[in-house]
Amino acid sequence: MSVAYEIGMGEEARPKTLMERILDRWLVKLIVVIIAVLWLVPTAGLLVSSFRPADAITTSGWWTVFDKLADSRTWTIENYRQVMNADGMGNAFLNSLAVTIPATVIPITIAAFAAYAFAWMDFRGRQVLFVVVVGLMVVPLQMALIPLLKIYTGGANAFGIPIIPDLDLSGTYMGVWLAHTGFGLPLAIYLLRNYIGSLPASMMESASIDGASHFQTFIRLVVPISVPAIASFAIFQFLWVWNDFLVALVFLGGTPDVSVVTIKLAELVGSRGQDWQVLTAGAFVTMILPLTVFFGLQRFFVRGLTAGSVKG
Amino acid sequence: MSGEAPVLPDSEEAAADSTDGEGDNATNLRDWLTIGPIRFFAAVGIPAIGFMVLFWVFRFLRDSDANRILIVVVAIFVGVVGIFGLYWGMDRVNDQLPARIAQRVRPWIFVGPAVAILSLYLVWPAVQTIWLSFLDKDGEEFIGLDNYTFALTDDKMLTAFRNSVIWLILGTALAVGLGLTVASLVDRLKPRAEKIAKSIIFIPMAISFVGASVVWGFMYTFRAAGRPQIGLLNAIWTWFGNSPIFWLSKEPWNNILLIIVLVWLQTGFSMVILSAAIKGVPDDILEAGRIDGGSELQLFWRVVIPTIKSTLVVVTTTMIILILKVFDIVWVMTSGEFGTDVIATNMIRQAFRFFDDGKGAAIAVVLLIVVIPVMVLNVRRFREEEAMR
Repeated sequence: MSVAYEIGMGEEARPKTLMERILDRWLVKLIVVIIAVLWLVPTAGLLVSSFRPADAITTSGWWTVFDKLADSRTWTIENYRQVMNADGMGNAFLNSLAVTIPATVIPITIAAFAAYAFAWMDFRGRQVLFVVVVGLMVVPLQMALIPLLKIYTGGANAFGIPIIPDLDLSGTYMGVWLAHTGFGLPLAIYLLRNYIGSLPASMMESASIDGASHFQTFIRLVVPISVPAIASFAIFQFLWVWNDFLVALVFLGGTPDVSVVTIKLAELVGSRGQDWQVLTAGAFVTMILPLTVFFGLQRFFVRGLTAGSVKG
Repeated sequence: MSGEAPVLPDSEEAAADSTDGEGDNATNLRDWLTIGPIRFFAAVGIPAIGFMVLFWVFRFLRDSDANRILIVVVAIFVGVVGIFGLYWGMDRVNDQLPARIAQRVRPWIFVGPAVAILSLYLVWPAVQTIWLSFLDKDGEEFIGLDNYTFALTDDKMLTAFRNSVIWLILGTALAVGLGLTVASLVDRLKPRAEKIAKSIIFIPMAISFVGASVVWGFMYTFRAAGRPQIGLLNAIWTWFGNSPIFWLSKEPWNNILLIIVLVWLQTGFSMVILSAAIKGVPDDILEAGRIDGGSELQLFWRVVIPTIKSTLVVVTTTMIILILKVFDIVWVMTSGEFGTDVIATNMIRQAFRFFDDGKGAAIAVVLLIVVIPVMVLNVRRFREEEAMR
């Protein structure tokens, strides 16, 4: 209340004229439209170019197509055929799916169990462990890369005794799933624990009185109720893993037949830097799935984001 | 206290651990002797066995040259169903124990795998990285602070620090500032228009940094003078009669061009979160302010901003951490050439291109040190929230 009071102090209280208010509104609209156009143009240019013949792309700007939209020679899907087959983007797309789906579901499953324990089970060290999880959310994943790659390629020794055998995980889906699981877990546990912890205690008690075990309570009661939270984290993790470049570069980088779309695209930038017909089509292939997921489930995603957090 | 001997579970491993768990007149020591190994087993042993099985199945699949799609489908199936089966199995094994012990072991079944993975994938490697940062290239000889001397004084590193500071200041200011501007402007539009505008600005959130690098690489692309420019920036630039410029090579302005890519990607994030916060500002306070004759701008600075301050802090710290680790954009667009290197690209180059673990580790530790204040802030905020629950 006092805030509102202070505002009045020392200001001339002149109500705005109708004209000024209309101007204000149009100014707002104008600025928003300008920003929206600026935001759309780069993607539009990419999309338009990816459907243009190679020689057209290199000899004229993509904005010139608006003169000859209806001309069939303006458009082609040859770029996509080229990039999916000859340049191996189709294969990379499959690899990305194989990496992303388990790397989304595994951390969610593990995090949901842990979140339930943190919220509703009593055990020693619960508080301390959870504070550690909160702290781990911002640890840069760069801190983990060098030792992890060492373990993946040579196992680990403690005082000369091998404690982890050489699993040769580098260049396998498994290795990447687990890495993404490790890096995604802190945020997942944090978000799900906040949600699961806010469920009413009376509900848990009545489940327990009815003789449900923790496992049953978790599966039959908590998981179904937590679908919104699980979905929002699932989308977040899906986008994160699909769009990830660094983890894939370190753990899959050296093995061409398992490269994911981001690695493939970066490779194309290196090898065919001026062949924009390939790059634009390739870039669009990497975007199509996340964009679809995103538009289909935007509501959940936004809800998850607004739950507010920091990921490391 | 039923006094029954535990029913032997069918899993051999669990049987070995639980045979002495009579449960009747157990002393603390006996409790400890029983629960200790079982807990350890629940937290480490069973996941390890499950992991080995999953791994073996996968290895088999990879080596069997089966149809690629089949491999993918089976990989997904094993990765998804396998994990769930693991918990179910552990819980079943635990059910076979005397109730009193089972009750104390159960939380560790739920939380154990998470703790194990976090330890193995974050805590232990982080400790290891700190140790490596004091060793030489191959991690064999102790060389004291040499790697840190390199990280803090090398010419390339100094350029990287300069650029990272530019990224942090400009990137954070633009992404948060624009997000805030758009969030407060669209709040005044009709709901439908607001939704469309927000969606458009939010779209890039779904695009990878690598994809965005191609999108913007195309915007910045350069053709020699006289040939038609196909990059929008040079097309506009030459339209004004200037000669075309190879933008990405123009130090230090190229850094700003790279930062624009990040701003394009991340403004949507700050906009969405700040927009939710702005909608939470009570209408009656704003109305009261308007009646008192405050202009919209004054209301924004004196009412809206103070109300959403905590959200603003969260968004800003998130952005700072994200920008500190920016890697993909620089790696793909310029490979760190033309004076565009940042800390994170240097780290990857030292560790995985020059295979110098010591220097790579030292640079990673520098990154960690920079985020420690944010970590402390987060933990403190979490503690406060908990106290209010």
